[in-house]
Amino acid sequence: MSLSPDDVKRIARLARIEIDDSQALASQSQLNSIFDLIATMQAVDTQGIAPMAHAQEVYQRLRADSVTETDHHAAFQAIAPAVENGLYLVPKVIE
Amino acid sequence: MSDASLSALAAQLAAKQVSSRELTQQYLDRITALNPVLNAFITVDADKTLTEAAAADALIAKGKAGPLTGVPIAHKDIFCTDGWLTTCGSKMLHNFIAPYDAHVIQRFKAAGMPSLGKTNMDEFAMGSSNETSYFGAVKNPWNTAYVPGGSSGGAAACVAARMAPAATGTDTGGSIRQPAALCGITGLKPTYGLVSRFGMIAFASSLDQAGPMAPSAEDCALLLNVMTGFDPNDSTSLEREKEDYARDLDKPLTGLRVGLPREFFAEGLNNEVATAVEAAVTELKKLGATTVEISLANSKLAIPVYYVLAPAEASSNLSRFDGVRYGYRAPEYANLDDMYCKTRAQGFGAEVKRRILIGAYVLSHGYYDAYYLQAQKIRRLIANDFTEAFKTCDVILGPTAPGTAFKLGEKSDNPVEMYLNDLYTIPANLAGLPGMSLPCGFDSQGLPIGLQLVGNYFSEAKMLNVAHQYQCVTDWHARAPEGLK
Repeated sequence: MSLSPDDVKRIARLARIEIDDSQALASQSQLNSIFDLIATMQAVDTQGIAPMAHAQEVYQRLRADSVTETDHHAAFQAIAPAVENGLYLVPKVIE
Repeated sequence: MSDASLSALAAQLAAKQVSSRELTQQYLDRITALNPVLNAFITVDADKTLTEAAAADALIAKGKAGPLTGVPIAHKDIFCTDGWLTTCGSKMLHNFIAPYDAHVIQRFKAAGMPSLGKTNMDEFAMGSSNETSYFGAVKNPWNTAYVPGGSSGGAAACVAARMAPAATGTDTGGSIRQPAALCGITGLKPTYGLVSRFGMIAFASSLDQAGPMAPSAEDCALLLNVMTGFDPNDSTSLEREKEDYARDLDKPLTGLRVGLPREFFAEGLNNEVATAVEAAVTELKKLGATTVEISLANSKLAIPVYYVLAPAEASSNLSRFDGVRYGYRAPEYANLDDMYCKTRAQGFGAEVKRRILIGAYVLSHGYYDAYYLQAQKIRRLIANDFTEAFKTCDVILGPTAPGTAFKLGEKSDNPVEMYLNDLYTIPANLAGLPGMSLPCGFDSQGLPIGLQLVGNYFSEAKMLNVAHQYQCVTDWHARAPEGLK
């Protein structure tokens, strides 16, 4: 398989990364060389093999449904790009 | 400059021959002298460091010292450290003062070990040369025209240059072991789940694991004793009895079965590396070990599998960097969506963007089964090969990397060639097994060569035993680069 510059722009759009035509063109050949490497695994017969998502067979622990955290919002918002009245500021979304 | 081991430094502190403040100051002085050359640290804050050293001295005075209290350590800049700049090597976090401590940092603080600062690294731990750092490349202390390896390149370089007696690192596909090999130090990636990932900035969560980096295996054992343990804040942290990883260091190796994977000694391996690793095998045989040839037939697929799974996980993990809650935000944008897109375009470097794009693609509609699911199935085959191999051997031995350090800039324009550096280290991450690298010689240019050990799950004490016994009869690990003032 081979990605076109338009494919690269579509993926960048999915990943919310701005990319212009010249950058898409520059990325294309490097991405294609990586996908050529990845393509070598297509030849492997994996019928009947269970996918391995994780190194250990562990399951999510549960805890009592009670408050365990203290309020950190002041410390967390002190490092935010823009905050007002305890709220994170972003450009207007709803008219 | 001190070549003393961690246990020797701890003994000097306990005997009050030196205070933690004095010892720590010596390392800070060396950092001041060498960091302009090596660029191993992103952040140094002598006042904070010396305050921690004074607190360690108070503990020692009160008789409340632990085994390593007062011995300073450097931390990879991937670990959130309360009140310290924590950048992960990225412009995206160039202004991020962490509001809490990672579990690993909590552990070292509780052990009374002052932090010497935050070490340089490949951006978001994505790289094998430390050249992707927003803060500039780290130089190899053995020859400053060469890379130190990556992603824990600053950690490996600062230990090799004796700017710190030890450092923390993280390893997703070889990021502790490969720089340890290229800088001539010892580094260990534990079994997945032994060290908490809480507060460790995530790259590929099913593979990421933190571990110790230091001159010797004995040092690594003592550091592992501090780092490991259950943490309810990490959902993949394992609940296990506390172990003393130094308990078997002095055991003889009589009867040890060393597995040699034929695929790790095949085409692509540098001759000088092969010769040094084979010489190490001869040493182990003299110590009573026997060898058995094994096969890890699917390990040749580890790189393609890794470059599907790790970017897939990274594209998800790095979606949190959007310019809203912390870190970089683009100065100009038209609307919210534009703010996300510009922030991420400007905040991430080329290699990080490349991997996010790969990840977004392999997870996208229509490609998931062909890439992501297929990679997960082959991951199982790779892990099964190890399970089979450990029926006939106690530890697997091979090279850490296919070659020694390469020149700065030599591979930075060719991602695929760069990725091939992690050929021998990635399989252990995919299987979740412990792996370590230790020095076993030098090439004709005077650059260090690393030997890799891979153990079965939870066999760190055995691996450290093998490494320590080897280091008792060799001095590769004790050598430090000359000519650094």
